[in-house]
Amino acid sequence: HLATSLPLPSERDHLRPRIDLIVFMIDIKSKYSLKNVEASLAYVDASFFLGKVCFVVTGVGRVNACSIETNAICKLGEAYCSPVLFCELELEGIRVATAQRLLRMLQVCAGHVPGVSALSFVSLMRNSDND
Amino acid sequence: EDVDSQKTAFLLRKAWTLYSVTPLYRFHRGRLRDYARLLSAFIAAEKQKGLAVEVGAELDIKVAVSSLADLRGSEQDHAAVLVQLSSRSRASSRNSEDNLVWSGWFCSVYGDDLSENVPEDFTCLPLFLTHGAESYTSLVGSWFQKTFDCCFRRLGISPLNLSWMVAMWAGCELDRAVSAVELVFSVPRLSQPLDISYAIHPEDAKALWDTVQKTPGEITQEEVDVFMDCLYAHFHRHFKIHLSAARLVKISTAIASAHSDGIIKILHSQYLPGVLMLLTELAISQIQ
Repeated sequence: HLATSLPLPSERDHLRPRIDLIVFMIDIKSKYSLKNVEASLAYVDASFFLGKVCFVVTGVGRVNACSIETNAICKLGEAYCSPVLFCELELEGIRVATAQRLLRMLQVCAGHVPGVSALSFVSLMRNSDND
Repeated sequence: EDVDSQKTAFLLRKAWTLYSVTPLYRFHRGRLRDYARLLSAFIAAEKQKGLAVEVGAELDIKVAVSSLADLRGSEQDHAAVLVQLSSRSRASSRNSEDNLVWSGWFCSVYGDDLSENVPEDFTCLPLFLTHGAESYTSLVGSWFQKTFDCCFRRLGISPLNLSWMVAMWAGCELDRAVSAVELVFSVPRLSQPLDISYAIHPEDAKALWDTVQKTPGEITQEEVDVFMDCLYAHFHRHFKIHLSAARLVKISTAIASAHSDGIIKILHSQYLPGVLMLLTELAISQIQ
């Protein structure tokens, strides 16, 4: 399901299937996309931040088009205990690899991978903080 | 630190194209005349091959290479090096004036980050600015690359860095700020390109910056963000357009103007070292 911002319209709540993973897309060329994501985060239930939220930053291939500081995005990831993936959608290889990563994360979050749950993502984040 | 305004007046009010240059190997300050001669011969040779330049095949290109002793930041910086190409028509008399067709200068203002880490034989002048035909720029560039084993790259300026520049320069003290602070945005993903120009009265811009900046002489990313957010919010209130979703491509203040393609115009000699210091930093981060 794709949405330009949160909250999702309430009319369709009863038709909507369970949400296993929320991916927030930030375009590094658009400051507005970061502000939009920050505003939308307020509408996400706290339980999602146990490994069911992920940030994807696009457009990182062009250094000269940056409108957002990468530091600010990393801080956002830390604040919400969620992983940040950097990718460049214009390059097919990276696009495919990122899609595969997201798919694997979704499989874990939906409980399709035995022995691994979404909480593992949170503990992975913790460990790298302590380094 | 005192830059002689007479000598550097030629730098002002010209649009300079920016490049980053890797350190020059075995560049000797005492051999500038020799270098001028060698570069001149190189250009003449390229012309013979038919590889150069303009229709004026009648013109001889004279090369002058000089040192701008005052144009530097710290003692560690090498003094700037200026290369000038002038033409004199063969047809006219011997006493006719030389016509300056191209100039380029290498400089380093507080480039200690780079110069500290290079071996003895290297001269660090990471910033290269050119004014004149692109064909001359590539001739001069190729000669330097061959002779000193260095590498030139166009230095673009990201929207992030442009917003630093506009915040810094809009906040500068000036006796009379005559020109407006202008930001030009390019709107992406439209069938026809659209540019939005946002002009602000210089006193309003300075007043805004003064309320945002906490410590004089220091600027943080947060302060730049707040400054830009105020400008975006004001624009959105009036026009219902989110400038933060567009791409900042050019900024203009009374001190200097800068374009994201890597073109700079410095308007005020008082702030010349400050502008060059920022550009030197950008050049160094592109090299590293």
